[in-house]
Amino acid sequence: MPYEKRADGREMNELRPIQAKVGVVPNADGSALFGAGKTIAIAAVYGPKPLHPAHMKKADTGIIRCEYNMLPFSVTERARPGPSRRSKEISMITENALAGVIDLKRFPGTVIDVQIMIVQADAGTRCAGINAAAMALAHAGIVMKEMISSVAIGKIDDKIATDITKEEEDYHDGEGPTDIPFTITSNSKEITHLQLDGYIQTHRFKESIEAAKIACEKLNEIQIRALKGEEIDENKEKEK
Amino acid sequence: MNLPTINKKRITELLKQDKRLDGRTPFQYRDIKIETNVSNKAEGSARVTIGKTEVIAGVKMATQTPYTDHDDEGTMTTSMELSPICGERYELGPPKINAIEIARVVDRGLRESGFIDWKKLCITPKEKVWSINIDIYCINDDGSALDASALAALVALKTARFPEYDKETDTINYGEFTDTPLPLTKNQALSMTFYKIGDSLILDPNREEEDASEARLTLAIAKPEKDRIISAMQKGGQTPMTADELIKIIEQSEKNYDEKFPEIEKKIKDLMK
Repeated sequence: MPYEKRADGREMNELRPIQAKVGVVPNADGSALFGAGKTIAIAAVYGPKPLHPAHMKKADTGIIRCEYNMLPFSVTERARPGPSRRSKEISMITENALAGVIDLKRFPGTVIDVQIMIVQADAGTRCAGINAAAMALAHAGIVMKEMISSVAIGKIDDKIATDITKEEEDYHDGEGPTDIPFTITSNSKEITHLQLDGYIQTHRFKESIEAAKIACEKLNEIQIRALKGEEIDENKEKEK
Repeated sequence: MNLPTINKKRITELLKQDKRLDGRTPFQYRDIKIETNVSNKAEGSARVTIGKTEVIAGVKMATQTPYTDHDDEGTMTTSMELSPICGERYELGPPKINAIEIARVVDRGLRESGFIDWKKLCITPKEKVWSINIDIYCINDDGSALDASALAALVALKTARFPEYDKETDTINYGEFTDTPLPLTKNQALSMTFYKIGDSLILDPNREEEDASEARLTLAIAKPEKDRIISAMQKGGQTPMTADELIKIIEQSEKNYDEKFPEIEKKIKDLMK
Protein backbone atom coordinates (compact mmCIF):
# COMPACT_ATOMS: atom_id res chain seq x y z
CA MET A 1 0.00 0.00 0.00
CA PRO A 2 1.56 3.33 -0.98
CA TYR A 3 1.91 5.86 1.80
CA GLU A 4 -0.67 8.50 0.86
CA LYS A 5 -2.00 9.85 4.11
CA ARG A 6 -0.18 10.18 7.39
CA ALA A 7 -1.60 8.10 10.22
CA ASP A 8 -2.08 11.15 12.46
CA GLY A 9 -3.69 13.19 9.69
CA ARG A 10 -0.84 15.69 9.28
CA GLU A 11 0.24 17.22 5.98
CA MET A 12 3.49 15.76 4.69
CA ASN A 13 5.35 18.97 5.58
CA GLU A 14 3.65 19.52 8.92
CA LEU A 15 5.37 19.30 12.30
CA ARG A 16 3.74 17.54 15.23
CA PRO A 17 2.20 19.75 17.94
CA ILE A 18 5.16 21.34 19.71
CA GLN A 19 5.69 21.91 23.41
CA ALA A 20 8.38 24.36 24.52
CA LYS A 21 9.20 25.94 27.83
CA VAL A 22 12.34 27.18 29.59
CA GLY A 23 13.33 27.07 33.25
CA VAL A 24 12.17 23.54 33.99
CA VAL A 25 15.19 22.69 36.18
CA PRO A 26 15.62 25.48 38.74
CA ASN A 27 19.03 24.22 39.89
CA ALA A 28 20.54 24.50 36.42
CA ASP A 29 22.08 27.61 34.85
CA GLY A 30 19.68 27.11 31.96
CA SER A 31 17.06 24.51 31.15
CA ALA A 32 14.27 23.74 28.73
CA LEU A 33 11.59 21.26 27.81
CA PHE A 34 10.93 20.47 24.17
CA GLY A 35 8.24 18.13 22.92
CA ALA A 36 7.15 17.10 19.46
CA GLY A 37 3.93 15.11 19.56
CA LYS A 38 4.48 12.34 22.05
CA THR A 39 8.25 12.76 22.22
CA ILE A 40 9.34 14.78 25.25
CA ALA A 41 12.89 15.88 26.10
CA ILE A 42 14.24 18.03 28.87
CA ALA A 43 17.70 19.56 28.92
CA ALA A 44 19.73 21.31 31.59
CA VAL A 45 22.94 23.32 31.21
CA TYR A 46 25.55 23.67 33.94
CA GLY A 47 28.49 25.93 33.21
CA PRO A 48 30.79 27.20 31.92
CA LYS A 49 32.60 25.80 34.94
CA PRO A 50 36.09 24.53 35.78
CA LEU A 51 36.80 21.28 33.98
CA HIS A 52 37.67 18.07 35.76
CA PRO A 53 39.53 15.85 34.98
CA ALA A 54 42.25 18.37 34.28
CA HIS A 55 43.81 16.43 31.41
CA MET A 56 40.73 17.19 29.31
CA LYS A 57 41.25 20.90 29.87
CA LYS A 58 42.17 23.01 26.85
CA ALA A 59 44.10 26.22 27.45
CA ASP A 60 42.72 28.07 24.44
CA THR A 61 39.10 26.99 24.42
CA GLY A 62 36.24 25.63 26.48
CA ILE A 63 34.59 22.33 25.68
CA ILE A 64 31.00 21.19 25.60
CA ARG A 65 30.01 17.88 27.10
CA CYS A 66 26.58 16.37 26.38
CA GLU A 67 24.85 13.43 27.93
CA TYR A 68 21.81 11.99 26.18
CA ASN A 69 19.86 9.72 28.47
CA MET A 70 16.79 7.75 27.45
CA LEU A 71 14.82 6.96 30.60
CA PRO A 72 13.94 3.28 31.10
CA PHE A 73 10.20 3.98 31.03
CA SER A 74 10.29 6.31 28.02
CA VAL A 75 9.96 3.39 25.61
CA THR A 76 7.59 0.43 25.33
CA GLU A 77 10.08 -2.22 26.40
CA ARG A 78 12.12 -1.01 29.38
CA ALA A 79 15.46 0.44 28.30
CA ARG A 80 18.42 -0.53 30.44
CA PRO A 81 19.49 2.49 32.47
CA GLY A 82 22.91 3.99 31.90
CA PRO A 83 24.93 4.70 28.77
CA SER A 84 24.64 2.45 25.73
CA ARG A 85 26.51 2.53 22.43
CA ARG A 86 23.50 4.28 20.92
CA SER A 87 23.26 6.92 23.65
CA LYS A 88 27.00 7.59 23.52
CA GLU A 89 26.80 8.21 19.80
CA ILE A 90 23.81 10.51 20.18
CA SER A 91 25.57 12.39 22.99
CA MET A 92 28.50 12.95 20.62
CA ILE A 93 26.45 14.11 17.64
CA THR A 94 24.55 16.44 19.98
CA GLU A 95 27.86 17.93 21.13
CA ASN A 96 28.87 18.41 17.52
CA ALA A 97 25.52 19.94 16.62
CA LEU A 98 25.79 22.49 19.44
CA ALA A 99 29.53 23.23 19.43
CA GLY A 100 29.33 24.99 16.07
CA VAL A 101 27.15 27.83 17.35
CA ILE A 102 28.83 28.42 20.70
CA ASP A 103 31.88 30.62 20.92
CA LEU A 104 33.79 28.19 23.11
CA LYS A 105 36.97 30.27 22.76
CA ARG A 106 35.42 32.76 25.16
CA PHE A 107 35.58 30.21 27.96
CA PRO A 108 39.10 28.73 27.91
CA GLY A 109 39.78 25.85 30.28
CA THR A 110 36.11 25.34 31.14
CA VAL A 111 33.35 22.92 30.34
CA ILE A 112 29.69 23.45 29.55
CA ASP A 113 27.74 20.40 30.67
CA VAL A 114 24.51 19.66 28.85
CA GLN A 115 22.24 17.00 30.31
CA ILE A 116 19.42 15.63 28.19
CA MET A 117 16.69 13.28 29.37
CA ILE A 118 14.15 11.66 27.09
CA VAL A 119 11.08 11.22 29.26
CA GLN A 120 8.73 9.86 26.61
CA ALA A 121 9.85 8.58 23.21
CA ASP A 122 7.95 8.50 19.93
CA ALA A 123 10.81 8.89 17.40
CA GLY A 124 12.84 12.04 16.84
CA THR A 125 14.29 11.92 20.34
CA ARG A 126 17.76 13.12 19.33
CA CYS A 127 16.19 16.10 17.53
CA ALA A 128 13.98 16.92 20.51
CA GLY A 129 17.07 16.62 22.74
CA ILE A 130 19.05 19.00 20.54
CA ASN A 131 16.17 21.51 20.42
CA ALA A 132 15.83 21.42 24.20
CA ALA A 133 19.61 21.70 24.66
CA ALA A 134 19.88 24.70 22.32
CA MET A 135 17.12 26.46 24.23
CA ALA A 136 18.73 25.57 27.56
CA LEU A 137 22.06 27.04 26.40
CA ALA A 138 20.40 30.29 25.39
CA HIS A 139 18.43 30.28 28.63
CA ALA A 140 21.72 29.94 30.52
CA GLY A 141 22.84 33.14 28.84
CA ILE A 142 25.67 31.48 26.97
CA VAL A 143 26.61 33.55 23.96
CA MET A 144 25.53 31.80 20.80
CA LYS A 145 26.36 32.89 17.29
CA GLU A 146 22.91 31.75 16.25
CA MET A 147 20.16 29.38 17.30
CA ILE A 148 19.86 25.83 16.03
CA SER A 149 16.79 23.73 15.39
CA SER A 150 16.57 20.06 14.69
CA VAL A 151 14.02 17.90 12.89
CA ALA A 152 13.79 14.35 11.60
CA ILE A 153 12.76 14.32 7.97
CA GLY A 154 11.59 10.94 6.77
CA LYS A 155 11.06 9.25 3.49
CA ILE A 156 8.13 6.96 4.15
CA ASP A 157 7.66 4.75 1.09
CA ASP A 158 8.30 7.46 -1.55
CA LYS A 159 6.90 10.42 0.38
CA ILE A 160 9.09 13.01 2.07
CA ALA A 161 7.51 13.60 5.48
CA THR A 162 8.45 16.09 8.19
CA ASP A 163 8.97 15.14 11.83
CA ILE A 164 8.19 11.44 11.58
CA THR A 165 6.69 9.33 14.36
CA LYS A 166 7.63 5.87 15.56
CA GLU A 167 4.67 4.46 13.66
CA GLU A 168 6.08 5.98 10.46
CA GLU A 169 9.55 4.74 11.26
CA ASP A 170 8.03 1.26 11.37
CA TYR A 171 6.23 1.56 8.01
CA HIS A 172 7.65 -1.19 5.86
CA ASP A 173 5.57 -1.11 2.66
CA GLY A 174 6.90 0.21 -0.63
CA GLU A 175 10.29 1.81 -0.22
CA GLY A 176 9.98 1.49 3.55
CA PRO A 177 11.11 4.04 6.11
CA THR A 178 14.10 6.36 5.92
CA ASP A 179 15.05 8.61 8.80
CA ILE A 180 17.09 11.76 8.08
CA PRO A 181 17.61 13.93 11.15
CA PHE A 182 18.89 17.45 10.39
CA THR A 183 20.09 20.25 12.63
CA ILE A 184 20.19 23.65 10.96
CA THR A 185 21.38 27.04 12.18
CA SER A 186 18.83 29.84 12.29
CA ASN A 187 20.54 32.53 10.22
CA SER A 188 23.28 31.11 8.06
CA LYS A 189 21.23 27.93 7.45
CA GLU A 190 24.29 25.78 7.99
CA ILE A 191 23.85 22.14 8.83
CA THR A 192 25.53 21.18 12.09
CA HIS A 193 24.19 17.64 12.24
CA LEU A 194 22.97 15.18 9.64
CA GLN A 195 22.38 11.47 9.71
CA LEU A 196 20.54 9.03 7.49
CA ASP A 197 19.11 5.64 8.24
CA GLY A 198 17.51 3.86 5.31
CA TYR A 199 17.98 5.06 1.74
CA ILE A 200 17.06 7.94 -0.50
CA GLN A 201 17.59 8.51 -4.23
CA THR A 202 20.32 11.10 -4.75
CA HIS A 203 18.04 13.30 -6.86
CA ARG A 204 15.49 13.39 -4.02
CA PHE A 205 17.88 14.34 -1.27
CA LYS A 206 17.41 18.03 -2.03
CA GLU A 207 13.71 17.68 -1.21
CA SER A 208 14.62 16.50 2.26
CA ILE A 209 16.91 19.50 2.81
CA GLU A 210 14.17 21.87 1.73
CA ALA A 211 11.67 20.19 4.04
CA ALA A 212 14.16 20.39 6.91
CA LYS A 213 14.82 24.09 6.30
CA ILE A 214 11.13 24.95 6.35
CA ALA A 215 10.52 22.88 9.48
CA CYS A 216 13.54 24.35 11.28
CA GLU A 217 12.38 27.88 10.53
CA LYS A 218 9.08 27.13 12.24
CA LEU A 219 10.86 25.43 15.13
CA ASN A 220 13.20 28.37 15.55
CA GLU A 221 10.25 30.71 15.84
CA ILE A 222 8.78 28.54 18.61
CA GLN A 223 12.12 28.26 20.43
CA ILE A 224 12.53 32.04 20.41
CA ARG A 225 8.99 32.55 21.72
CA ALA A 226 9.67 30.10 24.54
CA LEU A 227 12.94 31.85 25.36
CA LYS A 228 11.00 35.09 25.72
CA GLY A 229 9.08 33.38 28.51
CA GLU A 230 6.06 31.93 26.73
CA GLU A 231 4.90 28.44 27.69
CA ILE A 232 4.00 26.75 24.44
CA ASP A 233 1.85 23.66 24.19
CA GLU A 234 0.28 23.20 20.78
CA ASN A 235 -1.46 20.01 21.98
CA LYS A 236 -3.59 22.15 24.24
CA GLU A 237 -4.08 24.84 21.60
CA LYS A 238 -5.39 22.15 19.27
CA GLU A 239 -7.90 20.91 21.82
CA LYS A 240 -9.44 24.37 21.99
CA MET B 1 28.18 18.57 51.78
CA ASN B 2 29.55 21.91 50.58
CA LEU B 3 27.61 23.98 52.99
CA PRO B 4 29.47 26.95 54.44
CA THR B 5 29.80 26.60 58.22
CA ILE B 6 28.11 29.92 58.76
CA ASN B 7 24.88 28.74 57.08
CA LYS B 8 24.84 25.59 59.14
CA LYS B 9 25.30 27.63 62.28
CA ARG B 10 22.45 29.94 61.31
CA ILE B 11 20.13 27.02 60.50
CA THR B 12 20.97 25.31 63.80
CA GLU B 13 20.54 28.49 65.84
CA LEU B 14 17.19 29.28 64.26
CA LEU B 15 15.90 25.77 64.85
CA LYS B 16 16.51 26.19 68.56
CA GLN B 17 13.65 28.70 68.38
CA ASP B 18 11.64 26.33 66.12
CA LYS B 19 12.26 28.60 63.14
CA ARG B 20 13.55 27.91 59.65
CA LEU B 21 15.22 30.15 57.08
CA ASP B 22 12.26 29.89 54.69
CA GLY B 23 9.76 30.68 57.44
CA ARG B 24 8.37 27.18 57.91
CA THR B 25 7.82 25.48 61.25
CA PRO B 26 9.98 22.39 61.91
CA PHE B 27 7.48 19.80 60.72
CA GLN B 28 5.85 21.81 57.98
CA TYR B 29 6.13 20.53 54.40
CA ARG B 30 6.55 22.65 51.31
CA ASP B 31 3.81 22.42 48.66
CA ILE B 32 3.42 18.87 47.36
CA LYS B 33 2.16 18.35 43.83
CA ILE B 34 1.46 15.01 42.21
CA GLU B 35 0.88 14.33 38.52
CA THR B 36 0.49 11.11 36.61
CA ASN B 37 1.14 9.90 33.06
CA VAL B 38 4.64 11.31 32.71
CA SER B 39 5.34 8.79 29.97
CA ASN B 40 2.62 7.09 27.94
CA LYS B 41 5.05 4.26 27.24
CA ALA B 42 5.27 3.33 30.89
CA GLU B 43 2.76 0.95 32.46
CA GLY B 44 2.46 3.56 35.20
CA SER B 45 4.24 6.83 35.94
CA ALA B 46 4.17 9.85 38.21
CA ARG B 47 5.77 13.20 38.89
CA VAL B 48 6.08 14.55 42.41
CA THR B 49 7.25 18.02 43.30
CA ILE B 50 7.94 19.11 46.85
CA GLY B 51 8.83 22.76 46.70
CA LYS B 52 11.52 23.01 44.05
CA THR B 53 12.41 19.34 44.26
CA GLU B 54 11.09 17.30 41.35
CA VAL B 55 11.17 13.54 40.90
CA ILE B 56 9.66 11.33 38.22
CA ALA B 57 9.07 7.59 38.44
CA GLY B 58 7.98 5.01 35.90
CA VAL B 59 6.87 1.40 36.15
CA LYS B 60 7.72 -1.14 33.45
CA MET B 61 6.48 -4.72 33.58
CA ALA B 62 8.26 -7.81 32.29
CA THR B 63 8.16 -11.54 32.90
CA GLN B 64 10.90 -13.71 34.32
CA THR B 65 11.50 -17.08 35.95
CA PRO B 66 10.78 -16.80 39.67
CA TYR B 67 13.38 -17.03 42.41
CA THR B 68 13.56 -20.60 43.69
CA ASP B 69 12.76 -19.63 47.27
CA HIS B 70 9.63 -17.72 46.20
CA ASP B 71 8.64 -19.71 43.16
CA ASP B 72 5.05 -18.51 43.04
CA GLU B 73 5.65 -14.82 43.62
CA GLY B 74 6.37 -11.90 41.35
CA THR B 75 9.46 -9.71 41.75
CA MET B 76 10.24 -6.02 41.97
CA THR B 77 13.36 -3.97 41.30
CA THR B 78 13.66 -0.33 42.26
CA SER B 79 16.39 1.94 40.97
CA MET B 80 17.01 5.62 41.47
CA GLU B 81 19.31 8.10 39.80
CA LEU B 82 20.56 11.44 40.98
CA SER B 83 22.10 12.28 37.63
CA PRO B 84 23.88 15.54 36.77
CA ILE B 85 20.65 17.07 35.46
CA CYS B 86 19.28 17.57 38.97
CA GLY B 87 22.10 19.60 40.48
CA GLU B 88 25.64 20.78 40.01
CA ARG B 89 27.05 18.46 42.67
CA TYR B 90 26.04 15.27 40.85
CA GLU B 91 28.42 13.52 38.52
CA LEU B 92 28.09 11.21 35.57
CA GLY B 93 28.26 7.50 36.02
CA PRO B 94 26.29 4.66 37.51
CA PRO B 95 24.18 5.48 40.59
CA LYS B 96 26.31 6.28 43.62
CA ILE B 97 25.65 5.25 47.16
CA ASN B 98 23.23 8.08 48.04
CA ALA B 99 20.97 7.21 45.09
CA ILE B 100 21.32 3.48 45.79
CA GLU B 101 20.27 4.06 49.38
CA ILE B 102 17.18 6.01 48.30
CA ALA B 103 16.22 3.19 45.91
CA ARG B 104 16.63 0.60 48.64
CA VAL B 105 14.70 2.55 51.25
CA VAL B 106 11.86 3.22 48.79
CA ASP B 107 11.86 -0.43 47.75
CA ARG B 108 11.66 -1.64 51.32
CA GLY B 109 8.84 0.76 52.18
CA LEU B 110 6.74 -0.61 49.31
CA ARG B 111 7.76 -4.22 49.76
CA GLU B 112 7.47 -4.69 53.49
CA SER B 113 4.10 -3.00 53.95
CA GLY B 114 2.37 -5.84 52.11
CA PHE B 115 1.23 -3.29 49.54
CA ILE B 116 1.84 -5.67 46.64
CA ASP B 117 0.18 -9.07 46.44
CA TRP B 118 3.16 -11.01 45.16
CA LYS B 119 1.27 -14.27 44.66
CA LYS B 120 -1.10 -12.60 42.23
CA LEU B 121 1.92 -11.69 40.11
CA CYS B 122 2.54 -15.37 39.47
CA ILE B 123 1.75 -16.60 35.97
CA THR B 124 2.87 -20.24 36.21
CA PRO B 125 4.39 -21.40 39.50
CA LYS B 126 8.09 -22.30 39.25
CA GLU B 127 8.15 -21.10 35.65
CA LYS B 128 6.93 -17.60 35.01
CA VAL B 129 6.11 -14.57 37.11
CA TRP B 130 5.65 -10.86 36.49
CA SER B 131 8.49 -8.55 37.43
CA ILE B 132 7.94 -4.90 38.28
CA ASN B 133 10.66 -2.40 37.45
CA ILE B 134 10.43 0.97 39.13
CA ASP B 135 12.82 3.61 37.82
CA ILE B 136 13.07 6.88 39.69
CA TYR B 137 14.82 9.96 38.34
CA CYS B 138 15.44 13.19 40.16
CA ILE B 139 14.96 16.21 37.86
CA ASN B 140 15.76 18.92 40.38
CA ASP B 141 17.14 18.26 43.84
CA ASP B 142 16.28 20.86 46.45
CA GLY B 143 16.17 18.46 49.38
CA SER B 144 13.82 15.63 50.38
CA ALA B 145 14.45 13.61 47.23
CA LEU B 146 13.90 10.51 49.33
CA ASP B 147 10.31 11.25 50.36
CA ALA B 148 9.53 12.59 46.89
CA SER B 149 10.89 9.37 45.37
CA ALA B 150 8.85 7.18 47.66
CA LEU B 151 5.67 9.06 46.85
CA ALA B 152 6.37 9.05 43.10
CA ALA B 153 7.05 5.30 43.14
CA LEU B 154 3.84 4.65 45.06
CA VAL B 155 1.69 6.70 42.68
CA ALA B 156 3.37 5.16 39.63
CA LEU B 157 2.47 1.71 40.96
CA LYS B 158 -1.08 2.76 41.65
CA THR B 159 -1.59 4.07 38.13
CA ALA B 160 0.08 1.06 36.49
CA ARG B 161 -1.86 -1.24 34.17
CA PHE B 162 -0.65 -4.61 32.94
CA PRO B 163 0.48 -4.72 29.31
CA GLU B 164 -1.20 -7.27 27.04
CA TYR B 165 0.35 -10.69 27.53
CA ASP B 166 0.08 -13.95 25.59
CA LYS B 167 0.59 -16.84 27.96
CA GLU B 168 1.00 -19.43 25.18
CA THR B 169 4.01 -17.74 23.62
CA ASP B 170 5.12 -15.78 26.70
CA THR B 171 5.21 -12.54 24.79
CA ILE B 172 4.25 -9.13 26.07
CA ASN B 173 2.60 -6.83 23.60
CA TYR B 174 4.25 -3.66 24.88
CA GLY B 175 2.39 -0.47 24.15
CA GLU B 176 -1.00 -2.22 24.40
CA PHE B 177 -2.38 -1.86 27.89
CA THR B 178 -5.10 -3.85 29.58
CA ASP B 179 -7.45 -2.27 32.12
CA THR B 180 -6.08 -4.52 34.86
CA PRO B 181 -4.30 -2.66 37.64
CA LEU B 182 -1.47 -4.26 39.60
CA PRO B 183 -2.56 -6.45 42.53
CA LEU B 184 -2.20 -3.83 45.26
CA THR B 185 -3.65 -3.98 48.75
CA LYS B 186 -4.96 -1.36 51.16
CA ASN B 187 -1.65 -1.41 53.02
CA GLN B 188 -0.41 1.71 51.36
CA ALA B 189 2.62 3.01 53.21
CA LEU B 190 3.77 6.58 52.91
CA SER B 191 7.32 7.52 53.67
CA MET B 192 8.30 10.27 56.04
CA THR B 193 11.91 11.22 56.75
CA PHE B 194 13.01 13.13 59.82
CA TYR B 195 16.30 15.00 59.72
CA LYS B 196 18.37 15.83 62.74
CA ILE B 197 20.15 19.17 62.84
CA GLY B 198 21.91 19.91 66.11
CA ASP B 199 19.40 18.88 68.74
CA SER B 200 16.42 19.68 66.55
CA LEU B 201 14.33 17.54 64.23
CA ILE B 202 12.69 18.67 61.01
CA LEU B 203 10.69 17.26 58.11
CA ASP B 204 11.06 18.08 54.42
CA PRO B 205 14.46 19.83 54.47
CA ASN B 206 15.47 22.00 51.55
CA ARG B 207 18.95 21.50 50.06
CA GLU B 208 20.77 23.61 52.64
CA GLU B 209 18.98 22.01 55.55
CA GLU B 210 19.62 18.54 54.20
CA ASP B 211 23.32 19.42 53.93
CA ALA B 212 23.27 20.77 57.46
CA SER B 213 21.67 17.62 58.86
CA GLU B 214 23.77 15.06 60.67
CA ALA B 215 21.40 12.14 60.66
CA ARG B 216 18.00 11.14 59.38
CA LEU B 217 15.37 8.53 59.99
CA THR B 218 12.94 7.32 57.34
CA LEU B 219 9.69 5.67 58.35
CA ALA B 220 7.17 4.04 56.05
CA ILE B 221 3.83 4.34 57.76
CA ALA B 222 0.53 2.69 56.91
CA LYS B 223 -2.83 2.41 58.59
CA PRO B 224 -4.42 -0.79 57.31
CA GLU B 225 -6.75 -1.11 60.29
CA LYS B 226 -7.25 0.97 63.39
CA ASP B 227 -3.57 1.25 64.25
CA ARG B 228 -0.84 2.99 62.40
CA ILE B 229 2.02 0.65 61.59
CA ILE B 230 5.60 1.27 60.62
CA SER B 231 6.49 -1.06 57.78
CA ALA B 232 10.05 0.04 57.14
CA MET B 233 12.63 2.14 58.86
CA GLN B 234 16.10 3.29 58.00
CA LYS B 235 18.50 5.52 59.81
CA GLY B 236 20.94 7.47 57.68
CA GLY B 237 23.96 9.58 58.49
CA GLN B 238 26.78 8.94 60.92
CA THR B 239 25.58 10.87 63.94
CA PRO B 240 23.78 8.67 66.45
CA MET B 241 20.26 9.32 67.68
CA THR B 242 19.14 8.92 71.26
CA ALA B 243 16.23 6.76 72.35
CA ASP B 244 14.42 9.93 73.37
CA GLU B 245 14.83 11.28 69.91
CA LEU B 246 13.46 8.07 68.42
CA ILE B 247 10.40 8.26 70.65
CA LYS B 248 9.93 11.89 69.75
CA ILE B 249 10.11 10.97 66.08
CA ILE B 250 7.55 8.20 66.42
CA GLU B 251 5.17 10.49 68.30
CA GLN B 252 5.61 13.26 65.80
CA SER B 253 5.19 10.83 62.91
CA GLU B 254 1.80 9.72 64.24
CA LYS B 255 0.71 13.32 64.53
CA ASN B 256 2.03 14.07 61.13
CA TYR B 257 0.43 11.01 59.60
CA ASP B 258 -2.97 12.13 60.81
CA GLU B 259 -2.48 15.75 59.79
CA LYS B 260 -0.68 15.57 56.50
CA PHE B 261 -1.35 12.21 54.94
CA PRO B 262 -5.12 12.44 54.44
CA GLU B 263 -4.35 15.39 52.18
CA ILE B 264 -1.76 13.40 50.22
CA GLU B 265 -4.05 10.39 50.01
CA LYS B 266 -6.85 12.60 48.76
CA LYS B 267 -4.56 14.00 46.08
CA ILE B 268 -3.71 10.46 45.00
CA LYS B 269 -7.37 9.43 45.03
CA ASP B 270 -8.35 12.43 42.92
CA LEU B 271 -5.72 11.47 40.38
CA MET B 272 -7.03 7.92 40.16
CA LYS B 273 -10.49 9.07 39.09
